[in-house]
Amino acid sequence: MNASTIIFYLLAASIIGGALMAVTSLKIFRSAVFLLFSLVGIAGLYFYLDYEFIGAVQVIVYVGGIVVLIIFSIFLTHGSGEDMKRPHWIRAIFSAVAAAFGCILTMFYISQYTFTTSGKPAIEPNAGNIGAQMLSTTDHGYILPFEVVSILLLAAMIGCIVIAIKVKIPPHEILAEKPEDDSVDESKNSEPLLANTQIEL
Amino acid sequence: MNILLTISFSSIASGIHHWLVSTIPNELLAKSIEMVIVGICLLLFLVPLCFILGYMERKVAGFMQMRYGPNRVGPYGSLQIVADTVKLVMKEGLTPTGSDKFLFNLAPVIMVVTCMLVLAPIAFAKDFQIWDINIGVLYVSAISSLAVIGILMAGWSSYNKYSLLGAMRSGAQIVSYELSVGLSLISIVILTGSLKMSDIVMSQETGWWIIRGHIPVIISFVIFVIASTAEINRAPFDLAEAEQELTAGFHTEYAGMKFAMFLLAEYINLFIVSAIAATLFLGGWMPFHIGHWEAFNHIMDFVPSSLWFLGKTFFIIFIIMQFRWTFPRLRVDQLLTLEWKYLLPISMVNTILVTVMAIMGWHF
Repeated sequence: MNASTIIFYLLAASIIGGALMAVTSLKIFRSAVFLLFSLVGIAGLYFYLDYEFIGAVQVIVYVGGIVVLIIFSIFLTHGSGEDMKRPHWIRAIFSAVAAAFGCILTMFYISQYTFTTSGKPAIEPNAGNIGAQMLSTTDHGYILPFEVVSILLLAAMIGCIVIAIKVKIPPHEILAEKPEDDSVDESKNSEPLLANTQIEL
Repeated sequence: MNILLTISFSSIASGIHHWLVSTIPNELLAKSIEMVIVGICLLLFLVPLCFILGYMERKVAGFMQMRYGPNRVGPYGSLQIVADTVKLVMKEGLTPTGSDKFLFNLAPVIMVVTCMLVLAPIAFAKDFQIWDINIGVLYVSAISSLAVIGILMAGWSSYNKYSLLGAMRSGAQIVSYELSVGLSLISIVILTGSLKMSDIVMSQETGWWIIRGHIPVIISFVIFVIASTAEINRAPFDLAEAEQELTAGFHTEYAGMKFAMFLLAEYINLFIVSAIAATLFLGGWMPFHIGHWEAFNHIMDFVPSSLWFLGKTFFIIFIIMQFRWTFPRLRVDQLLTLEWKYLLPISMVNTILVTVMAIMGWHF
Protein backbone atom coordinates (compact mmCIF):
# COMPACT_ATOMS: atom_id res chain seq x y z
CA MET A 1 0.00 0.00 0.00
CA ASN A 2 1.65 3.20 -1.10
CA ALA A 3 0.87 6.86 -0.40
CA SER A 4 -1.32 7.21 -3.46
CA THR A 5 -3.65 4.37 -2.47
CA ILE A 6 -3.99 5.67 1.07
CA ILE A 7 -4.91 9.15 -0.20
CA PHE A 8 -7.43 7.64 -2.62
CA TYR A 9 -9.19 5.67 0.12
CA LEU A 10 -9.25 8.70 2.43
CA LEU A 11 -10.90 10.76 -0.33
CA ALA A 12 -13.35 7.98 -1.16
CA ALA A 13 -14.26 7.62 2.52
CA SER A 14 -14.92 11.36 2.79
CA ILE A 15 -17.08 11.36 -0.36
CA ILE A 16 -19.18 8.30 0.54
CA GLY A 17 -19.31 9.07 4.26
CA GLY A 18 -20.36 12.67 3.59
CA ALA A 19 -23.05 11.54 1.16
CA LEU A 20 -24.45 8.95 3.57
CA MET A 21 -24.50 11.42 6.47
CA ALA A 22 -26.16 14.04 4.25
CA VAL A 23 -29.00 11.63 3.53
CA THR A 24 -29.43 10.20 7.01
CA SER A 25 -29.00 13.34 9.15
CA LEU A 26 -32.19 14.63 10.75
CA LYS A 27 -31.04 18.26 10.92
CA ILE A 28 -31.33 19.87 7.52
CA PHE A 29 -28.45 22.30 8.01
CA ARG A 30 -26.16 19.43 8.96
CA SER A 31 -27.20 17.64 5.77
CA ALA A 32 -26.04 20.66 3.78
CA VAL A 33 -22.69 20.64 5.60
CA PHE A 34 -22.17 16.92 4.98
CA LEU A 35 -23.02 17.45 1.33
CA LEU A 36 -20.28 20.08 1.36
CA PHE A 37 -17.77 17.50 2.65
CA SER A 38 -18.80 15.11 -0.08
CA LEU A 39 -18.37 17.76 -2.80
CA VAL A 40 -15.03 18.90 -1.42
CA GLY A 41 -13.96 15.26 -1.45
CA ILE A 42 -14.83 15.04 -5.15
CA ALA A 43 -12.78 18.19 -5.77
CA GLY A 44 -9.96 16.49 -3.90
CA LEU A 45 -10.30 13.49 -6.21
CA TYR A 46 -9.82 15.78 -9.21
CA PHE A 47 -6.73 17.30 -7.60
CA TYR A 48 -5.49 13.75 -6.93
CA LEU A 49 -5.85 12.98 -10.65
CA ASP A 50 -3.90 16.18 -11.50
CA TYR A 51 -6.97 17.82 -13.04
CA GLU A 52 -6.44 20.99 -11.04
CA PHE A 53 -8.64 23.14 -13.25
CA ILE A 54 -11.71 20.92 -12.89
CA GLY A 55 -11.03 20.58 -9.17
CA ALA A 56 -10.99 24.35 -8.72
CA VAL A 57 -14.12 24.76 -10.84
CA GLN A 58 -15.84 22.06 -8.75
CA VAL A 59 -15.05 24.06 -5.61
CA ILE A 60 -16.19 27.37 -7.13
CA VAL A 61 -19.44 26.06 -8.62
CA TYR A 62 -20.60 23.49 -6.09
CA VAL A 63 -19.13 24.72 -2.82
CA GLY A 64 -19.01 28.48 -3.36
CA GLY A 65 -22.23 28.58 -5.35
CA ILE A 66 -24.66 25.74 -4.85
CA VAL A 67 -24.04 24.84 -1.20
CA VAL A 68 -24.17 28.53 -0.23
CA LEU A 69 -27.47 28.79 -2.11
CA ILE A 70 -28.82 25.72 -0.30
CA ILE A 71 -27.73 27.14 3.06
CA PHE A 72 -29.41 30.46 2.27
CA SER A 73 -32.68 28.75 1.42
CA ILE A 74 -32.45 26.79 4.68
CA PHE A 75 -31.96 30.08 6.56
CA LEU A 76 -35.07 31.52 4.94
CA THR A 77 -37.22 28.43 5.57
CA HIS A 78 -39.62 28.48 8.50
CA GLY A 79 -38.82 26.05 11.31
CA SER A 80 -35.71 24.67 9.68
CA GLY A 81 -33.93 24.56 13.04
CA GLU A 82 -36.01 21.67 14.37
CA ASP A 83 -35.31 18.00 13.75
CA MET A 84 -37.10 16.53 10.77
CA LYS A 85 -39.55 13.70 11.25
CA ARG A 86 -38.19 10.19 10.80
CA PRO A 87 -39.53 8.69 7.57
CA HIS A 88 -41.90 5.75 7.71
CA TRP A 89 -39.97 2.45 7.77
CA ILE A 90 -41.54 1.16 4.54
CA ARG A 91 -40.35 4.26 2.70
CA ALA A 92 -36.91 3.96 4.23
CA ILE A 93 -36.60 0.34 3.10
CA PHE A 94 -37.78 1.09 -0.42
CA SER A 95 -35.41 4.02 -0.85
CA ALA A 96 -32.54 1.88 0.43
CA VAL A 97 -33.45 -0.83 -2.09
CA ALA A 98 -33.66 1.73 -4.90
CA ALA A 99 -30.25 3.18 -3.98
CA ALA A 100 -28.67 -0.27 -3.75
CA PHE A 101 -30.17 -1.25 -7.11
CA GLY A 102 -28.82 1.88 -8.79
CA CYS A 103 -25.40 1.26 -7.28
CA ILE A 104 -25.32 -2.39 -8.45
CA LEU A 105 -26.49 -1.43 -11.96
CA THR A 106 -23.73 1.20 -12.31
CA MET A 107 -21.08 -1.15 -11.00
CA PHE A 108 -22.26 -3.90 -13.35
CA TYR A 109 -21.98 -1.65 -16.41
CA ILE A 110 -18.59 -0.33 -15.34
CA SER A 111 -17.28 -3.89 -14.95
CA GLN A 112 -18.66 -4.81 -18.41
CA TYR A 113 -17.07 -1.81 -20.14
CA THR A 114 -13.50 -2.16 -21.34
CA PHE A 115 -11.58 1.09 -21.01
CA THR A 116 -9.23 1.56 -23.97
CA THR A 117 -6.25 3.84 -23.59
CA SER A 118 -5.78 6.44 -26.30
CA GLY A 119 -2.52 6.29 -28.20
CA LYS A 120 -2.34 10.05 -28.61
CA PRO A 121 -0.05 12.03 -26.31
CA ALA A 122 -1.93 13.67 -23.46
CA ILE A 123 -2.65 17.40 -23.72
CA GLU A 124 -1.46 19.31 -20.70
CA PRO A 125 -4.59 20.52 -18.87
CA ASN A 126 -3.48 24.11 -18.34
CA ALA A 127 -5.69 27.16 -18.62
CA GLY A 128 -4.53 28.08 -22.13
CA ASN A 129 -5.28 24.66 -23.62
CA ILE A 130 -8.66 24.45 -21.90
CA GLY A 131 -9.61 27.91 -23.18
CA ALA A 132 -8.54 27.06 -26.73
CA GLN A 133 -10.44 23.75 -26.64
CA MET A 134 -13.55 25.38 -25.25
CA LEU A 135 -13.76 27.96 -28.05
CA SER A 136 -12.46 25.93 -30.98
CA THR A 137 -14.70 24.90 -33.90
CA THR A 138 -12.56 21.91 -34.93
CA ASP A 139 -13.23 18.22 -34.29
CA HIS A 140 -12.90 18.18 -30.52
CA GLY A 141 -13.94 21.78 -29.94
CA TYR A 142 -16.71 22.63 -27.53
CA ILE A 143 -17.90 25.95 -28.97
CA LEU A 144 -21.51 24.81 -29.52
CA PRO A 145 -22.20 23.35 -26.05
CA PHE A 146 -20.34 26.29 -24.53
CA GLU A 147 -22.54 28.84 -26.29
CA VAL A 148 -25.74 26.88 -25.62
CA VAL A 149 -24.93 26.76 -21.91
CA SER A 150 -24.16 30.50 -21.97
CA ILE A 151 -27.57 31.25 -23.48
CA LEU A 152 -29.23 28.99 -20.90
CA LEU A 153 -27.50 30.83 -18.08
CA LEU A 154 -28.43 34.22 -19.57
CA ALA A 155 -32.06 33.13 -19.80
CA ALA A 156 -31.96 31.94 -16.18
CA MET A 157 -30.48 35.26 -15.08
CA ILE A 158 -33.13 37.30 -16.91
CA GLY A 159 -35.76 35.04 -15.37
CA CYS A 160 -34.38 35.77 -11.89
CA ILE A 161 -34.50 39.50 -12.54
CA VAL A 162 -38.10 39.26 -13.77
CA ILE A 163 -39.13 37.32 -10.65
CA ALA A 164 -37.29 39.63 -8.26
CA ILE A 165 -38.30 42.88 -9.96
CA LYS A 166 -40.05 45.44 -7.79
CA VAL A 167 -42.86 47.50 -9.27
CA LYS A 168 -43.16 50.73 -7.36
CA ILE A 169 -46.77 51.68 -6.77
CA PRO A 170 -47.19 55.46 -6.42
CA PRO A 171 -48.66 56.62 -3.08
CA HIS A 172 -52.03 57.78 -4.45
CA GLU A 173 -52.62 54.34 -5.97
CA ILE A 174 -52.29 52.78 -2.54
CA LEU A 175 -54.72 55.36 -1.16
CA ALA A 176 -57.15 54.57 -3.91
CA GLU A 177 -57.58 51.02 -2.63
CA LYS A 178 -59.23 52.35 0.54
CA PRO A 179 -63.00 52.98 0.56
CA GLU A 180 -63.92 55.92 -1.65
CA ASP A 181 -63.52 59.29 -0.01
CA ASP A 182 -65.21 62.38 -1.38
CA SER A 183 -62.17 64.55 -0.76
CA VAL A 184 -59.95 62.46 -3.06
CA ASP A 185 -59.57 64.16 -6.40
CA GLU A 186 -61.25 62.18 -9.17
CA SER A 187 -58.79 63.22 -11.85
CA LYS A 188 -55.83 61.84 -9.89
CA ASN A 189 -57.43 58.44 -9.52
CA SER A 190 -58.28 58.11 -13.16
CA GLU A 191 -54.64 58.35 -14.29
CA PRO A 192 -53.49 55.22 -16.06
CA LEU A 193 -51.60 52.91 -13.75
CA LEU A 194 -48.66 52.26 -16.03
CA ALA A 195 -47.84 55.93 -16.58
CA ASN A 196 -46.58 56.35 -13.03
CA THR A 197 -45.17 52.90 -12.55
CA GLN A 198 -41.46 52.98 -12.00
CA ILE A 199 -39.47 49.88 -12.60
CA GLU A 200 -36.74 49.42 -10.11
CA LEU A 201 -33.93 47.08 -11.02
CA MET B 1 31.03 36.26 2.32
CA ASN B 2 30.27 34.57 -0.97
CA ILE B 3 28.64 31.67 0.85
CA LEU B 4 26.48 34.09 2.80
CA LEU B 5 25.27 35.73 -0.40
CA THR B 6 24.14 32.43 -1.92
CA ILE B 7 22.03 31.41 1.08
CA SER B 8 18.38 31.87 0.28
CA PHE B 9 15.09 30.36 1.37
CA SER B 10 14.95 28.25 -1.77
CA SER B 11 18.44 26.81 -1.20
CA ILE B 12 17.56 25.96 2.40
CA ALA B 13 14.33 24.30 1.30
CA SER B 14 15.96 22.25 -1.46
CA GLY B 15 18.82 21.33 0.93
CA ILE B 16 16.35 19.93 3.46
CA HIS B 17 14.51 18.10 0.69
CA HIS B 18 17.66 16.40 -0.65
CA TRP B 19 18.83 15.50 2.84
CA LEU B 20 15.45 13.94 3.69
CA VAL B 21 15.26 11.97 0.43
CA SER B 22 18.80 10.62 0.82
CA THR B 23 18.49 9.64 4.50
CA ILE B 24 14.97 8.20 4.49
CA PRO B 25 14.52 5.42 1.92
CA ASN B 26 10.73 5.20 2.34
CA GLU B 27 9.14 7.70 -0.06
CA LEU B 28 5.86 7.94 1.85
CA LEU B 29 7.64 8.64 5.14
CA ALA B 30 9.91 11.28 3.58
CA LYS B 31 6.93 13.04 2.00
CA SER B 32 4.94 12.98 5.23
CA ILE B 33 7.88 14.40 7.17
CA GLU B 34 8.22 17.15 4.59
CA MET B 35 4.53 17.99 4.92
CA VAL B 36 4.85 18.16 8.70
CA ILE B 37 7.87 20.45 8.39
CA VAL B 38 5.97 22.74 6.01
CA GLY B 39 3.03 22.84 8.42
CA ILE B 40 5.24 23.69 11.39
CA CYS B 41 7.02 26.40 9.39
CA LEU B 42 3.65 27.89 8.41
CA LEU B 43 2.51 27.98 12.03
CA LEU B 44 5.83 29.47 13.14
CA PHE B 45 5.34 32.15 10.51
CA LEU B 46 1.62 32.80 10.96
CA VAL B 47 1.32 33.08 14.74
CA PRO B 48 4.04 35.78 15.11
CA LEU B 49 2.57 37.42 12.00
CA CYS B 50 -0.80 37.67 13.71
CA PHE B 51 0.89 39.13 16.81
CA ILE B 52 2.58 41.74 14.63
CA LEU B 53 -0.61 42.55 12.73
CA GLY B 54 -2.60 42.86 15.96
CA TYR B 55 -0.03 45.26 17.40
CA MET B 56 0.22 47.13 14.11
CA GLU B 57 -3.55 47.52 13.89
CA ARG B 58 -3.72 49.16 17.30
CA LYS B 59 -0.77 51.41 16.64
CA VAL B 60 -2.15 52.47 13.24
CA ALA B 61 -5.49 53.17 14.93
CA GLY B 62 -3.73 55.27 17.55
CA PHE B 63 -1.80 57.11 14.87
CA MET B 64 -4.94 57.83 12.86
CA GLN B 65 -6.85 59.07 15.91
CA MET B 66 -3.94 61.06 17.38
CA ARG B 67 -3.51 58.92 20.49
CA TYR B 68 -0.80 56.52 21.66
CA GLY B 69 -2.38 53.11 21.29
CA PRO B 70 -1.05 50.35 23.58
CA ASN B 71 1.84 51.77 25.63
CA ARG B 72 1.92 50.10 29.07
CA VAL B 73 2.97 46.46 28.67
CA GLY B 74 6.54 46.14 27.43
CA PRO B 75 8.46 48.71 25.37
CA TYR B 76 5.97 50.83 23.40
CA GLY B 77 3.22 48.44 24.43
CA SER B 78 4.60 45.70 22.23
CA LEU B 79 3.85 42.94 24.74
CA GLN B 80 0.19 43.90 25.06
CA ILE B 81 -0.77 41.40 22.37
CA VAL B 82 1.03 38.62 24.28
CA ALA B 83 -1.00 39.48 27.37
CA ASP B 84 -4.18 39.41 25.29
CA THR B 85 -3.29 36.01 23.86
CA VAL B 86 -2.66 34.58 27.35
CA LYS B 87 -6.04 35.97 28.40
CA LEU B 88 -7.76 34.29 25.44
CA VAL B 89 -6.09 30.95 26.16
CA MET B 90 -7.11 31.05 29.83
CA LYS B 91 -10.78 31.77 29.10
CA GLU B 92 -13.40 29.06 29.06
CA GLY B 93 -14.54 27.95 25.62
CA LEU B 94 -18.29 28.20 26.12
CA THR B 95 -20.76 26.34 23.96
CA PRO B 96 -24.23 27.86 24.38
CA THR B 97 -27.21 25.65 25.27
CA GLY B 98 -29.44 24.97 22.31
CA SER B 99 -26.62 25.38 19.82
CA ASP B 100 -25.66 22.70 17.33
CA LYS B 101 -22.49 21.65 19.16
CA PHE B 102 -20.87 19.78 16.29
CA LEU B 103 -21.19 22.65 13.80
CA PHE B 104 -20.43 25.25 16.48
CA ASN B 105 -17.03 23.65 17.11
CA LEU B 106 -16.40 22.90 13.44
CA ALA B 107 -16.90 26.47 12.17
CA PRO B 108 -13.67 28.06 13.54
CA VAL B 109 -11.68 25.07 12.32
CA ILE B 110 -13.05 25.49 8.80
CA MET B 111 -12.15 29.19 8.85
CA VAL B 112 -8.53 28.51 9.81
CA VAL B 113 -8.10 25.53 7.46
CA THR B 114 -9.41 27.59 4.54
CA CYS B 115 -6.88 30.35 5.22
CA MET B 116 -4.05 27.83 5.43
CA LEU B 117 -5.06 26.26 2.12
CA VAL B 118 -5.07 29.61 0.34
CA LEU B 119 -1.50 30.24 1.47
CA ALA B 120 -0.24 27.31 -0.64
CA PRO B 121 0.42 29.02 -4.00
CA ILE B 122 1.78 32.29 -2.60
CA ALA B 123 5.43 32.92 -3.48
CA PHE B 124 7.14 34.17 -0.32
CA ALA B 125 10.58 34.59 -1.91
CA LYS B 126 12.41 33.67 -5.07
CA ASP B 127 11.66 29.98 -5.87
CA PHE B 128 10.16 29.64 -2.40
CA GLN B 129 6.60 28.46 -2.65
CA ILE B 130 4.66 25.63 -1.04
CA TRP B 131 2.82 24.50 -4.17
CA ASP B 132 3.35 26.11 -7.57
CA ILE B 133 0.03 24.88 -8.95
CA ASN B 134 -0.61 25.72 -12.60
CA ILE B 135 -3.96 27.39 -11.86
CA GLY B 136 -2.70 29.47 -8.92
CA VAL B 137 -5.05 32.45 -9.23
CA LEU B 138 -8.12 30.30 -9.86
CA TYR B 139 -7.18 28.09 -6.91
CA VAL B 140 -6.97 31.11 -4.62
CA SER B 141 -10.36 32.44 -5.63
CA ALA B 142 -11.91 28.95 -5.42
CA ILE B 143 -10.65 28.12 -1.95
CA SER B 144 -11.35 31.56 -0.52
CA SER B 145 -15.02 31.09 -1.45
CA LEU B 146 -15.08 28.32 1.18
CA ALA B 147 -14.66 30.88 3.97
CA VAL B 148 -18.29 31.97 3.66
CA ILE B 149 -19.38 28.46 4.66
CA GLY B 150 -17.49 28.79 7.94
CA ILE B 151 -19.20 32.11 8.68
CA LEU B 152 -22.67 30.81 7.79
CA MET B 153 -22.05 27.73 9.91
CA ALA B 154 -20.93 29.81 12.90
CA GLY B 155 -23.94 32.10 12.59
CA TRP B 156 -26.47 29.30 12.31
CA SER B 157 -25.12 26.99 14.98
CA SER B 158 -24.79 29.72 17.65
CA TYR B 159 -28.57 29.77 18.21
CA ASN B 160 -28.54 33.54 18.47
CA LYS B 161 -30.39 36.05 16.34
CA TYR B 162 -27.47 38.47 16.14
CA SER B 163 -25.21 35.69 14.91
CA LEU B 164 -27.71 34.60 12.28
CA LEU B 165 -28.21 38.17 11.03
CA GLY B 166 -24.47 38.68 10.84
CA ALA B 167 -24.02 35.45 8.93
CA MET B 168 -26.77 36.36 6.44
CA ARG B 169 -25.21 39.75 5.84
CA SER B 170 -21.75 38.38 5.36
CA GLY B 171 -23.04 35.69 3.01
CA ALA B 172 -24.66 38.28 0.73
CA GLN B 173 -21.56 40.45 0.97
CA ILE B 174 -18.95 37.80 0.21
CA VAL B 175 -20.93 36.27 -2.64
CA SER B 176 -21.35 39.68 -4.33
CA TYR B 177 -17.84 41.01 -3.83
CA GLU B 178 -16.26 37.78 -5.07
CA LEU B 179 -17.26 38.86 -8.59
CA SER B 180 -15.29 42.09 -8.52
CA VAL B 181 -12.28 40.37 -6.95
CA GLY B 182 -12.37 37.75 -9.69
CA LEU B 183 -12.70 40.27 -12.51
CA SER B 184 -9.85 42.41 -11.23
CA LEU B 185 -7.65 39.33 -10.94
CA ILE B 186 -8.57 38.36 -14.50
CA SER B 187 -7.12 41.61 -15.87
CA ILE B 188 -3.66 40.52 -14.72
CA VAL B 189 -4.24 36.99 -15.99
CA ILE B 190 -5.07 38.45 -19.42
CA LEU B 191 -1.86 40.46 -19.46
CA THR B 192 0.28 37.55 -18.28
CA GLY B 193 -1.46 34.76 -20.16
CA SER B 194 -1.02 32.38 -17.26
CA LEU B 195 -2.72 31.52 -13.99
CA LYS B 196 0.49 30.28 -12.41
CA MET B 197 1.83 32.48 -9.61
CA SER B 198 5.49 31.98 -10.57
CA ASP B 199 4.74 32.95 -14.20
CA ILE B 200 2.90 36.05 -13.04
CA VAL B 201 5.86 37.12 -10.92
CA MET B 202 8.37 36.34 -13.68
CA SER B 203 6.37 38.39 -16.20
CA GLN B 204 7.03 41.46 -14.06
CA GLU B 205 10.79 41.25 -14.39
CA THR B 206 10.93 44.36 -16.57
CA GLY B 207 8.48 46.29 -14.45
CA TRP B 208 5.52 45.80 -12.15
CA TRP B 209 2.10 45.53 -13.80
CA ILE B 210 0.78 48.55 -11.96
CA ILE B 211 3.43 50.66 -13.74
CA ARG B 212 3.43 48.87 -17.08
CA GLY B 213 -0.32 48.43 -17.36
CA HIS B 214 -1.35 52.11 -17.53
CA ILE B 215 -4.64 53.27 -16.05
CA PRO B 216 -6.75 50.07 -16.54
CA VAL B 217 -4.45 48.09 -14.24
CA ILE B 218 -4.48 50.88 -11.67
CA ILE B 219 -8.29 50.78 -11.78
CA SER B 220 -8.33 47.03 -11.27
CA PHE B 221 -5.83 47.38 -8.42
CA VAL B 222 -8.12 49.88 -6.68
CA ILE B 223 -11.15 47.66 -7.29
CA PHE B 224 -9.25 44.65 -5.97
CA VAL B 225 -8.30 46.45 -2.76
CA ILE B 226 -11.86 47.69 -2.16
CA ALA B 227 -13.57 44.41 -3.01
CA SER B 228 -11.17 42.24 -1.08
CA THR B 229 -11.51 44.49 1.97
CA ALA B 230 -15.20 43.69 1.73
CA GLU B 231 -14.54 40.01 1.18
CA ILE B 232 -12.52 39.65 4.37
CA ASN B 233 -15.22 41.54 6.33
CA ARG B 234 -13.03 44.41 7.42
CA ALA B 235 -14.29 47.89 8.22
CA PRO B 236 -15.86 49.83 6.50
CA PHE B 237 -17.48 46.62 5.25
CA ASP B 238 -17.69 44.88 8.65
CA LEU B 239 -21.46 44.48 8.54
CA ALA B 240 -21.12 40.85 9.51
CA GLU B 241 -19.89 41.79 12.96
CA ALA B 242 -21.07 45.42 13.23
CA GLU B 243 -20.49 45.80 16.94
CA GLN B 244 -22.97 48.63 17.49
CA GLU B 245 -25.85 46.78 15.83
CA LEU B 246 -25.15 43.07 16.20
CA THR B 247 -22.79 43.05 19.25
CA ALA B 248 -20.28 40.94 17.33
CA GLY B 249 -22.26 39.35 14.53
CA PHE B 250 -21.46 35.80 13.63
CA HIS B 251 -18.94 35.26 16.44
CA THR B 252 -21.03 36.74 19.27
CA GLU B 253 -21.26 33.43 21.13
CA TYR B 254 -17.64 32.42 20.74
CA ALA B 255 -15.14 32.75 23.57
CA GLY B 256 -11.64 31.65 24.46
CA MET B 257 -9.62 29.73 21.91
CA LYS B 258 -12.51 29.34 19.46
CA PHE B 259 -12.80 33.12 19.28
CA ALA B 260 -9.02 33.32 18.95
CA MET B 261 -9.25 31.08 15.89
CA PHE B 262 -11.66 33.52 14.22
CA LEU B 263 -9.24 36.33 15.05
CA LEU B 264 -6.35 34.30 13.62
CA ALA B 265 -8.33 33.61 10.45
CA GLU B 266 -9.17 37.30 10.10
CA TYR B 267 -5.52 38.38 10.28
CA ILE B 268 -4.32 35.58 8.00
CA ASN B 269 -6.97 36.63 5.49
CA LEU B 270 -5.73 40.21 5.67
CA PHE B 271 -2.22 38.97 4.97
CA ILE B 272 -3.35 36.74 2.10
CA VAL B 273 -5.31 39.48 0.38
CA SER B 274 -2.39 41.87 0.63
CA ALA B 275 0.06 39.21 -0.51
CA ILE B 276 -2.02 38.48 -3.59
CA ALA B 277 -2.33 42.17 -4.42
CA ALA B 278 1.44 42.49 -3.97
CA THR B 279 2.11 39.45 -6.16
CA LEU B 280 -0.20 40.36 -9.00
CA PHE B 281 0.10 44.12 -9.17
CA LEU B 282 3.35 45.01 -7.41
CA GLY B 283 5.59 42.22 -8.68
CA GLY B 284 5.71 39.87 -5.68
CA TRP B 285 9.32 39.24 -4.70
CA MET B 286 10.60 40.99 -7.86
CA PRO B 287 12.89 43.93 -7.00
CA PHE B 288 12.12 47.42 -8.27
CA HIS B 289 13.86 47.97 -11.60
CA ILE B 290 13.99 51.01 -13.84
CA GLY B 291 14.61 50.47 -17.55
CA HIS B 292 18.33 50.71 -18.35
CA TRP B 293 19.69 52.06 -15.06
CA GLU B 294 22.11 49.14 -14.66
CA ALA B 295 23.74 50.36 -11.44
CA PHE B 296 20.42 51.16 -9.75
CA ASN B 297 18.93 47.78 -10.76
CA HIS B 298 21.99 45.99 -9.44
CA ILE B 299 21.74 47.70 -6.07
CA MET B 300 18.07 46.78 -5.89
CA ASP B 301 18.97 43.12 -6.57
CA PHE B 302 20.98 43.05 -3.35
CA VAL B 303 17.85 43.45 -1.23
CA PRO B 304 16.63 39.90 -0.46
CA SER B 305 13.53 38.83 -2.39
CA SER B 306 11.66 37.91 0.80
CA LEU B 307 12.10 41.47 2.07
CA TRP B 308 10.67 42.84 -1.17
CA PHE B 309 7.66 40.57 -0.84
CA LEU B 310 7.02 41.35 2.83
CA GLY B 311 7.60 45.07 2.30
CA LYS B 312 5.01 45.29 -0.46
CA THR B 313 2.57 43.14 1.48
CA PHE B 314 2.87 45.27 4.60
CA PHE B 315 2.44 48.42 2.52
CA ILE B 316 -0.95 47.14 1.32
CA ILE B 317 -1.87 45.95 4.82
CA PHE B 318 -1.13 49.48 6.05
CA ILE B 319 -3.46 50.95 3.40
CA ILE B 320 -6.27 48.52 4.31
CA MET B 321 -5.81 49.29 8.01
CA GLN B 322 -6.17 53.00 7.33
CA PHE B 323 -9.56 52.37 5.68
CA ARG B 324 -10.90 51.18 8.99
CA TRP B 325 -10.33 54.51 10.66
CA THR B 326 -11.18 56.68 7.68
CA PHE B 327 -14.59 55.61 6.42
CA PRO B 328 -17.84 55.06 8.34
CA ARG B 329 -19.52 51.67 8.01
CA LEU B 330 -21.79 51.24 5.00
CA ARG B 331 -25.46 50.32 5.29
CA VAL B 332 -26.51 46.99 3.75
CA ASP B 333 -28.22 48.66 0.78
CA GLN B 334 -25.24 50.97 0.19
CA LEU B 335 -22.96 47.96 0.30
CA LEU B 336 -24.92 46.10 -2.36
CA THR B 337 -25.34 49.25 -4.46
CA LEU B 338 -21.60 49.86 -4.40
CA GLU B 339 -20.91 46.38 -5.69
CA TRP B 340 -23.69 45.82 -8.23
CA LYS B 341 -24.11 49.35 -9.57
CA TYR B 342 -20.55 50.67 -9.45
CA LEU B 343 -17.73 48.15 -8.94
CA LEU B 344 -19.08 45.35 -11.14
CA PRO B 345 -19.89 47.45 -14.24
CA ILE B 346 -16.61 49.37 -13.90
CA SER B 347 -14.60 46.18 -13.62
CA MET B 348 -16.41 44.61 -16.58
CA VAL B 349 -15.62 47.59 -18.81
CA ASN B 350 -12.12 47.61 -17.39
CA THR B 351 -11.64 43.96 -18.33
CA ILE B 352 -12.51 44.78 -21.93
CA LEU B 353 -10.04 47.70 -21.87
CA VAL B 354 -7.29 45.44 -20.53
CA THR B 355 -8.07 42.83 -23.19
CA VAL B 356 -7.81 45.41 -25.97
CA MET B 357 -4.59 46.68 -24.42
CA ALA B 358 -3.13 43.17 -24.24
CA ILE B 359 -4.10 42.33 -27.84
CA MET B 360 -2.72 45.59 -29.26
CA GLY B 361 0.40 45.36 -27.10
CA TRP B 362 -0.02 48.88 -25.74
CA HIS B 363 1.46 48.02 -22.36
CA PHE B 364 5.21 48.36 -22.06
